[in-house]
Amino acid sequence: MPAMLEIKGLRVAVDGKEILRGLDLTLNAGEVHAVMGPNGSGKSTLANVLAGRDGYEVLAGTVTYQGQDLLAQAPEERARAGVFLGFQYPVEIPGLSTAVFLRAAVNARRQHRGEEEFDAMDFLTVVKGRMKELGIREDFLQRAINEGFSGGEKKRAEIFQMALLEPELVLLDEIDSGLDIDALKIVSDGINRLRAPDRAMLLVTHYRRLLDYVPPDRVHVLSGGQIVRSGGPELAGELEQSGYGWLHEEAAPA
Amino acid sequence: MNTSTDIGHFLERDYQAGFITDIEADAVPPGLSEDVIRLISSKKGEPEFMLNWRLEAYRHWLKMAPPTWAHVDHPPVDFQDIVYYSAPKAKDDAPKSLDEVDPELLATFEKLGIPLHERAALAGVAAEAGPGVAVDAVFDSVSVTTTFKKRLAEHGVIFCSFSEAVKDHPELVRQYLGSVVPPSDNFYAALNAAVFTDGSFVYIPKGVRCPMELSTYFRINAAKTGQFERTLIIADAGSHVSYLEGCTAPMRDENQLHAAVVELVALEDAQIKYSTVQNWYPGDAEGRGGIYNFVTKRGDCRGRNAKISWTQVETGSAITWKYPSCVLTGDNSVGEFYSVALTNNRQQADTGTKMIHIGRNTRSTIISKGISAGRGSNAYRGLVKMLRGAEGARNYTQCDSLLIGSRCGAHTFPYIEVQEPSATVEHEATTSKIGEDQLFYCRQRGIGEEEAVSMIVNGFCKEVFKELPMEFAVEVQRLLGVSLEGSVG
Repeated sequence: MPAMLEIKGLRVAVDGKEILRGLDLTLNAGEVHAVMGPNGSGKSTLANVLAGRDGYEVLAGTVTYQGQDLLAQAPEERARAGVFLGFQYPVEIPGLSTAVFLRAAVNARRQHRGEEEFDAMDFLTVVKGRMKELGIREDFLQRAINEGFSGGEKKRAEIFQMALLEPELVLLDEIDSGLDIDALKIVSDGINRLRAPDRAMLLVTHYRRLLDYVPPDRVHVLSGGQIVRSGGPELAGELEQSGYGWLHEEAAPA
Repeated sequence: MNTSTDIGHFLERDYQAGFITDIEADAVPPGLSEDVIRLISSKKGEPEFMLNWRLEAYRHWLKMAPPTWAHVDHPPVDFQDIVYYSAPKAKDDAPKSLDEVDPELLATFEKLGIPLHERAALAGVAAEAGPGVAVDAVFDSVSVTTTFKKRLAEHGVIFCSFSEAVKDHPELVRQYLGSVVPPSDNFYAALNAAVFTDGSFVYIPKGVRCPMELSTYFRINAAKTGQFERTLIIADAGSHVSYLEGCTAPMRDENQLHAAVVELVALEDAQIKYSTVQNWYPGDAEGRGGIYNFVTKRGDCRGRNAKISWTQVETGSAITWKYPSCVLTGDNSVGEFYSVALTNNRQQADTGTKMIHIGRNTRSTIISKGISAGRGSNAYRGLVKMLRGAEGARNYTQCDSLLIGSRCGAHTFPYIEVQEPSATVEHEATTSKIGEDQLFYCRQRGIGEEEAVSMIVNGFCKEVFKELPMEFAVEVQRLLGVSLEGSVG
């Protein structure tokens, strides 16, 4: 069985500047990995390039998702095939109701899987059930997508969307940023509910805090566009103790 | 962040109403003179007062110059190169019952989704909601048929072509024609007064709620022909009417002029809701062809508590020059203007409204949404005027512009004149761009690019769309989708 995600020798430039410089990473179904690193180490670049955002130039390397060439696919194709990115800064789209948006998203995924699309009524039944499970307020569906949401609400909405779309590969880009401890617990709880043998998750984060609530199987330290260390969950603790300062010595080019 | 793709990228757009009906026409040669006006008037068998009214307007027009203040750019219109009268040939000029209408014309309107058979029309809407829509179908210079006249007459509602109104209700026409938009109002209104060939006439008697939606569908077909029609709607005291207007034209390489006048009169406690979906041929991607839509629309809230509400969705025309306005004469009267104007490719729009507050406690609301894509140019131009004596008058204006791509333009020209110290005027304006961020967010959820743009635009227009009657709501969503086709890539 192929890995859920296999990244080999990935080199990516933004505005002509090389940000990822030969990154290797393998993620299997059922695993949760954390990618940690200081600001500017390429964490968000990794999440974005995997999701297919414009403006990231792939210089070299391959990314295989469930045996398929991920980089050859348009962002919407990746999403339909089960790649979900939880955004660090979810955008607001004024006037676009969350219900309309989510139905289009869910139906795109269903269509891809050869399932029948939900009509408005079926969709409401499904979505309301999920909202109840996650304690999301009823008026959420009528609100415009992310409009006027607090930082915490936006992140919770991302987790809710993830639950609804049932992705196979979850990429969470600093999902913990800007959350107070209560919101962090709620978001973490949402992530943990979705841990499943047929699903893999990549948590991109600056802080260990999130990993206390969502214990990863593996932790990778990203620095200078490469993974410089990998280990078990204990590595996150070490980083907390020593900070990222040591990386500069260790990873500095000879 | 570097954005490697340019979202202002174009493909051929798909204008579905661009076909030509092959039908023999009775047309006068191109050119404008007193003789042409006399010819039009005699073809219509008009009474003396109408001819005199036309000639006076024409003489006034000769002294006027085309307006140059609008934020649009086009070569001068050659008024001697326009055909001022073109009618599908018929056995006689009398208004026709449906059985007598040329089947070719019926097929044309059918193809445009405008059923003229009353039974079919009812069957069509019964499934949706509401009691149905009556249609006055105008083809080039003449009204070909008006549906549901009998049923409306049972309620005392007069709904007919302008030509018939001149013949059958000359006293009403005489009393109200030009009373809201006088022939001397502006260059194109004067031209229209001189040469208008048909249009729709509506009279709702006192206290009557019009039992169905009324509508006019305008179709330009013949080459080189200008369409000059006039609509006059009178809502007598305490009456209500909702009126819809739609329009299309074939795809032709030369520009064609459409210069209409719409006059609304709402007496005491009367309400008129006027909704337009404007889908004239917009020209091709390089800006060849398309309709010049130079239109004067104005309503007068002549009595206390009267209300006039304009809703317009402007997606077509090469150039749109149009300012549906309200004169709030009666105390407590209400004027509303809800507008979505979309310009793609090389389209230009200069559109907005005027709210003239005269009576006490008059209120007006302006919600304008301008969307520019491609190399489109979109200007909002509005005047809010509070005359001395308009005590406690209030206006709220909100103007939002949405840009798609980087080669389009949006402009806002709000004029505010306040002579009454107790009046309040509020104005809010925003300009935003459909961001790569918004598009990427949608795409990351599996939503394709064009659907994403359409959803974002629909969200942007929501406050206006909710004002549209049911009959239009679905049509408009489809139309916006078509108009934006190829605006991203």
